[in-house]
Amino acid sequence: MTDTALAAPSRGLNPFAGLMAGTAGPVTVVVLAIFAIWYVAAVALNTPFQMDMYERGDQTDVPFTQLVSDTLAQERPVLPAPHQVAVEIWNTTVEKKITSKRSLIYHSGITLSSTLLGFLIGTGLGILLAIGIVHSRVLDKSLMPWVISSQTIPILAIAPMIIVVLNAIGISGLLPKAMISTYLSFFPVTVGMVKGLRSPEIMHMDLMHTYSATRVQAFWKLRLPYAVPYLFTSMKIGMAASLVGAIVGELPTGAVAGLGARLLAGSYYGQTVQIWSALLMAAFLAGTLVALIGLVERLTLKRMGMAR
Amino acid sequence: MSSLVDIRSRFDTAALLAGGILLCVVIAVFSTAFEPDRTVFDTPRLALGFGFLAILGVRYSLGFARHMAGDVALGVVAALSAWMLIPVVHQHVGEAASGFWALAVAYWLASWLFVERMAAWKLTNPSLTRAVNLAIPIVFGITLLVLWELAAKGFGIPKVLLPAPSEIWVRLTGSVPILWADFQQTFLKAVLIGYALGCGSAFLTAIAIDRVPFLRRGLLPIGNLVSALPIIGVAPIMVMWFGFDWPSKAAVVIIMTFFPMLVNTVSGLAAADAMQKDLMRTYASNYWQTLIKLRLPMAMPFIFNALKINSTLALIGAIVAEFFGTPIVGMGFRISTEVGRMNVDMVWAEIAIAALAGSLFYGIVALLERAVTFWHPSIRGSRG
Repeated sequence: MTDTALAAPSRGLNPFAGLMAGTAGPVTVVVLAIFAIWYVAAVALNTPFQMDMYERGDQTDVPFTQLVSDTLAQERPVLPAPHQVAVEIWNTTVEKKITSKRSLIYHSGITLSSTLLGFLIGTGLGILLAIGIVHSRVLDKSLMPWVISSQTIPILAIAPMIIVVLNAIGISGLLPKAMISTYLSFFPVTVGMVKGLRSPEIMHMDLMHTYSATRVQAFWKLRLPYAVPYLFTSMKIGMAASLVGAIVGELPTGAVAGLGARLLAGSYYGQTVQIWSALLMAAFLAGTLVALIGLVERLTLKRMGMAR
Repeated sequence: MSSLVDIRSRFDTAALLAGGILLCVVIAVFSTAFEPDRTVFDTPRLALGFGFLAILGVRYSLGFARHMAGDVALGVVAALSAWMLIPVVHQHVGEAASGFWALAVAYWLASWLFVERMAAWKLTNPSLTRAVNLAIPIVFGITLLVLWELAAKGFGIPKVLLPAPSEIWVRLTGSVPILWADFQQTFLKAVLIGYALGCGSAFLTAIAIDRVPFLRRGLLPIGNLVSALPIIGVAPIMVMWFGFDWPSKAAVVIIMTFFPMLVNTVSGLAAADAMQKDLMRTYASNYWQTLIKLRLPMAMPFIFNALKINSTLALIGAIVAEFFGTPIVGMGFRISTEVGRMNVDMVWAEIAIAALAGSLFYGIVALLERAVTFWHPSIRGSRG
């Protein structure tokens, strides 16, 4: 706190001081640093294999610049360089047709659909559970502890079994994967909504009571508006969790389609570039979805007059 | 709040549930219990359970026994009827008919009534209240297990799809050495080592970052972003780099636990307010003294929040990483291979172990939190 106060007068002298004061400047520097570390690590990790190659090809006295450029252009590097991953993503998204099985957009679309379905079911279930828990003392005392301990069960670990079992009884396709996403995303929504629906002050609840409002009216006019900010915060967490669920849910389906299948296929055949491109695509997807919810949140809160 | 609710609820839930029990019992009398044509009274145990439930339903509907002793009797009856129903259904797997299901529903309503009554008890002794608050979810869980058992056996669901809890228990107790070896490999090696290294390094990094405001502003948004990413995807890469044994799983756990811990610790270190820091300045305390005596204690609720989140993340990370390649031991390995061999009861036994380990791990961290942050309002408020 005191540092910024001291730094302020010197801003006129140092042209970079203003740039570095906010968050944009530091974030850019850190991102650039991450890329630099990535390149250095790529060279360092790929060197042993490249040396091996030179030895076999009887090449001696390879200049360092050539070593660097060779390590960054291997076909199956231990750690691919950022530009290799970027080229792979470009090739598999823009250059390929969307319907092609090699298109990353096709695989992302499959993952996205089960993520969204699971997220919708999970959010609906979470809201319903929260309404029940807030309005019933029995549910609060008996169900709430189990909702919390349900998350200590590593559901991701049994995801393969759920999918295999559901396949065995004839349910296949989108729904089994979506169920894993549902399980992961309902929890943050339930906990957040319970907190949100209970957030109106007792004074406000008493006011509703003096108006002789029924529980339904109190719910729609007081509790729900109060819970909206909590709902959006927990929906962001739920969305991220549900993407993880969808990706892990794709692992046991025999690597057919989806980002998880790309990861598994890449690890079977040692296609590191493919793994990294799928990973970055998943990261991009998560970032976009969370940002989208953030946008809806801002619009909604603005219309409700609750914008901070 | 609860007084408002009581005034406004127009119907009596307890009477409704008791009426439901009676209705189910009446249905049970006039229909077959098991295919082809066994009635309730052809099976002595079933008749006994039926009698208990019927008497109970009548007493409650007429308004007797609405006191604590009556409630305890209710719990005993529910337990007895479960004890009667389970062995019977084991003798007639897959033959259950409407009479049996009516009794099962009656049992379910009885234990619901029991939970409902328990939740309404007003006890003066705080330790008794805590015991009851603990007992309610346990009774609820046992009820679910009993219903699972009754449904799995009554419908004759094949073991491959959904084994009954009793079968899982038999498998669990029958293969302790295998389960122990898996637990050792996955939990004691990968999870604990990865958790300690991940949380520890994130903690030290957070303290280092905290000294440089520039890094704090730059790393925090990125840390928040990374926390939302599907980090579990690095599992195949780690398996490629560190081999099949536990170090690769520990590496996945380290990466998964690092960012939640980093973000929480950094925001926790900012939790001490200016007045308190000024006070430390007037005491002429240096950076380290302020850190240890003021800022770290203030950061503890945040740090424990991260530790709790990480306790479940670590187990998930280690198990999922084992899907990408492992030696022939480990919980994730066992789950994926036993699914392939259709030994679903073994998978469920492994899940039960994982759930137990995860809950215990979480519980220990939560207990530690209570001991360390005893001064925090959220802990003080929940006492007594």
